Amino acid sequence: MKHSLEVKNLHVSIDGQAILKDFNLTVPKGEVHALMGPNGTGKSTLAKVMAGHEDYTVESGEVLLDGVNILGQEPDEISHAGLFLAFQYPMEIPGVSIANFIRAAKQARLPEGEEINAIEYYKDLYAKMDALKMDRKFTARSLNEGFSGGEKKRCEILQMAMLDPKYCVMDETDSGLDIDALRIVSEGVNHMRSEHRAFLVITHYQRLLDYIVPDVVHVMFDGRIVHSGDKELAKELESKGYDWVKEAFATASA
Amino acid sequence: MDTTLETPTNTLYAKEPSWLAERRSAGLDQFKNLAMPTARAEEWRFASVGKLSIDNFNPVAAPSSATLDALTERSNLVSDRAGLMVYVDDAPANFECIGRELAKQGVIYLPISEAVEQHPELMEKYFLQESTELGSQKFFGIHAATVKAGAVLYVPKGVEIEKPFVNYYWTSGSRAAVFPHTLIIAEDNSKASVVDIFFSETEENEALNISVSNIHAGVNAKVFRKVVQDWNEKTVSFQLDTTVADRDAQVKNVAVNIGAQRARFENQTRIEGAGADVKMYSLTVAEGAQEFDQRTFQTHNAPNAVSDLLYKNALLDNSRTIFSGLIKVAEGSQQTDAYQTNRNLLLDPSADANALPGLEILANDVRCSHGATTGNVDKEELFYMMQRGIPQRVAMQLMVFGFFEEVIEKIDSEELVENLRQLIHQKFSSKIS
Ligand SMILES: Nc1ncnc2c1ncn2[C@@H]1O[C@H](COP(=O)(O)OP(=O)(O)O)[C@@H](O)[C@H]1O
Ligand SMILES: [Mg+2]
Repeated sequence: MKHSLEVKNLHVSIDGQAILKDFNLTVPKGEVHALMGPNGTGKSTLAKVMAGHEDYTVESGEVLLDGVNILGQEPDEISHAGLFLAFQYPMEIPGVSIANFIRAAKQARLPEGEEINAIEYYKDLYAKMDALKMDRKFTARSLNEGFSGGEKKRCEILQMAMLDPKYCVMDETDSGLDIDALRIVSEGVNHMRSEHRAFLVITHYQRLLDYIVPDVVHVMFDGRIVHSGDKELAKELESKGYDWVKEAFATASA
Repeated sequence: MDTTLETPTNTLYAKEPSWLAERRSAGLDQFKNLAMPTARAEEWRFASVGKLSIDNFNPVAAPSSATLDALTERSNLVSDRAGLMVYVDDAPANFECIGRELAKQGVIYLPISEAVEQHPELMEKYFLQESTELGSQKFFGIHAATVKAGAVLYVPKGVEIEKPFVNYYWTSGSRAAVFPHTLIIAEDNSKASVVDIFFSETEENEALNISVSNIHAGVNAKVFRKVVQDWNEKTVSFQLDTTVADRDAQVKNVAVNIGAQRARFENQTRIEGAGADVKMYSLTVAEGAQEFDQRTFQTHNAPNAVSDLLYKNALLDNSRTIFSGLIKVAEGSQQTDAYQTNRNLLLDPSADANALPGLEILANDVRCSHGATTGNVDKEELFYMMQRGIPQRVAMQLMVFGFFEEVIEKIDSEELVENLRQLIHQKFSSKIS
């Protein structure tokens, strides 16, 4: 069995417009890969397609989790298979508290008839909130409702930590975070790094990668990866700007 | 309606005082003289009147003592209470009367028949004196002619009771017609709380309910009534409720509607004293082919008063809801705050929510608002929840609870809230999968 998240020859369109064009990527367990690229290039599309969003049309290709194709599965099945998506824009769910929401997500992973241990659950939840410097009072608040951008992103990482996924896709987690929050969130992620887990960190800016140091950096442009390198590539991209990408790879991809 | 109880002079009522006999016979006339509702009538607009049948339901003999005991056993939603009455098919099953302390203060909590015997003047003043005028007058008529089961709560001036009085009205027999009645009289500066619960013995016993409840809240009285309607889906139900609020009275109604095949719910609130504050909250879970038909009327006959209505309906499958509300502010009722909101959440595209909000304002210095919204489940919210591994039906249930939260949080008893969540949860787990 392959221990990786593997995207093979993925073609995706929406309303007849091609967005991902022969996209290929392999993230082995134990590694952190960064995916960078200008706005509108298809990064969030990739994340949502992997998570089973129904709006996108998969023309061809595969997304393999440990060798098993997850395309076509329901979002909850993909989640159970081990993929977690930290959303670029987390939804507000009125009337559903953080505690009840995460509890329902954990409960859904238990076999029929088995009940979650409430005492241990709260112990775990509070410990992880403390680590993310979230006020424990947040547990009773409606999920993301009225949260600041930074609070929403922290809440995404809290959920990721609580659900213990094998493959973490983080979509622009750094946007909306001030430097303190960025540090705390990155610590939370670094704490989760292990040989049993892989991360795909989608970001627009190099800044986040000072804190979550990637093993590989990919540059995406116009629906596909056009260049890959080590962490120095992110710095190069930062200094040269995305126009450099456009100039260097627009012709190659045309 | 084919009923064996058309004659109020029948032996059951023989010993009743003449005023009551007159009210019963007037009720019977009203029942006989008024026609069945038609789809053309504004008061029945959107209701599937064509399918409305009350034929071949009858009052039935008292169930066996084993049934009475079994259902008393199941009457356990609220354990911390000031008193309890349990009826099954309008027959008394259990009665926990009030303690000596409350009795000494003059509190009355009695079955209707005993209240008529022991407190005729009080009953003559209040019993069967209020009814809704929203289209079900015919059904009120047969209720008045027939009613024998129900609870009377009288709280004298200045007496405050924190714990609720809990009344259970069960159906059990085959095609039973029941006519439960709850009468609440809270005198000046008093405080009372009541829970009325409507249950069926099984999922199968067909029944007709025509119930009435009247609240009379005196000057500065505080009344809190909670209603749990969870009939089985073989029940046709009419629930005709009124509130009369005197000066500075504070009345809160919270209704939880889960059951019945067709449930007509009428609520009429009359504000008769300045400064009164009446709240009406309702939540409904409609599924399958259920139809919930809600008609409300808020009348302000005094200035500086508040009435606030919030009805929330979650609809699954092919279910239907109808909300029709009217606010009427009489001339001279200045500084009125009257609000009416109906919110519907459609969980299935084939569900059907209808709303008819209305206003009639004859005073010039008022704050009134009315509005209705109907929305579908947000697809992106659903995707977000499912991405966390929550199956679709559980996600929808969480959304429904989230949608109801602002009503549920009005209920002051944690035990009752927990039991209500359980009832709603059962409805989901049995039907969506
Ligand atoms: N739901 C959608 N409907 C229509 N177009 C979409 C939708 N989602 C994304 N797109 C389009 O797909 C392209 C890629 O968007 P996106 O994946 O969000 O890019 P990125 O995350 O890299 O900024 C953009 O041109 C965007 O307008
Ligand atoms: Mg994006």
